[in-house]
Amino acid sequence: MHIMEGFLPVKHAIGWSVAAAPFVGYGLYSINKRVKQNPEQRMLLGVAAAFTFVLSALKIPSVTGSCSHPTGTGLGAVLFGPSAMAPIGAIVLLFQALLLAHGGITTLGANVFSMAILGPWVAWLVFRLSRSVRLPFGPSVFLAASLADMATYITTAFQLAIAFPDPVGGILASFAKFAGVFALTQIPLAICEGILSVIVMNALMKLNQEEMTNLESFKTQEVKA
Amino acid sequence: MKRYQNLILILLVVAIGAFPLWYVNKPAPTADGKQVEIFKGADDQAKDTISTIAPDYKPWFNSMMEPSSGEVASLLFALQAGIGAGFLGYWIGSSTTRARMRKEQEKAKA
Repeated sequence: MHIMEGFLPVKHAIGWSVAAAPFVGYGLYSINKRVKQNPEQRMLLGVAAAFTFVLSALKIPSVTGSCSHPTGTGLGAVLFGPSAMAPIGAIVLLFQALLLAHGGITTLGANVFSMAILGPWVAWLVFRLSRSVRLPFGPSVFLAASLADMATYITTAFQLAIAFPDPVGGILASFAKFAGVFALTQIPLAICEGILSVIVMNALMKLNQEEMTNLESFKTQEVKA
Repeated sequence: MKRYQNLILILLVVAIGAFPLWYVNKPAPTADGKQVEIFKGADDQAKDTISTIAPDYKPWFNSMMEPSSGEVASLLFALQAGIGAGFLGYWIGSSTTRARMRKEQEKAKA
């Protein structure tokens, strides 16, 4: 889902950066506050960040004959809510943009928006929704992480479509083309991401019970249950 | 079943990742004899799509640093995954030890 360096027109590049910046800023503030109030959650934050590092480095072949990678931001969003993942995802994207020429500085805003903002929000909403219809915990995590992964790539297709509308069919035709590149390829990878998120979440539930019960997103459930 | 759950899930991920390697055939060369790359990055394909929709578009900014070869790039990707995996390993190790010591302590008390 990395839009390559220079491959967004100037106006779009600036627009997405301006849109992403407040989310990253608020995310930093919320992480700082969290660590001050609950220092024991540092380990969990580290796990969420490390998971994003690993998953977004794994380029996996897909049935469409091309390669793509998962995002890893869904797990952290389920744990901490969506805002914490914006700066974490931004760090990963910055690392890849600066050292790997994967993505770019001018497209950082757009890439942060899809992978570190919209994806995590989808993960969090899907998780809440799944739990509120009493879906079991594991399947809820799976759905949240894999749909966040899909949503990230669909967002990228949309960002490219409005930047490069098809001369004949307009934005819609262009969206269909970019979604053809990204969305189909991503389906098996999204399933992988969902499964891996469930595995890590199982381990967290088993090994870090205390820290987990202090997370807001899990507290509210206990009250309900 | 519960005991093998994680193992089954990991095997499933490996299977999903490996299946395309066996299933997808190498695409035939194009009419002018050019080889078509298989398992190309989707990001690159998006770049190609841009150039078919807007052939006149010129990227207005270039990466400041580019890995000097595919090998160097894979080194950096491995580094990224290594950093993440290293931390995850540390977490699992320290957390299981903590859980075990707690159990032993409780036993000693009782």
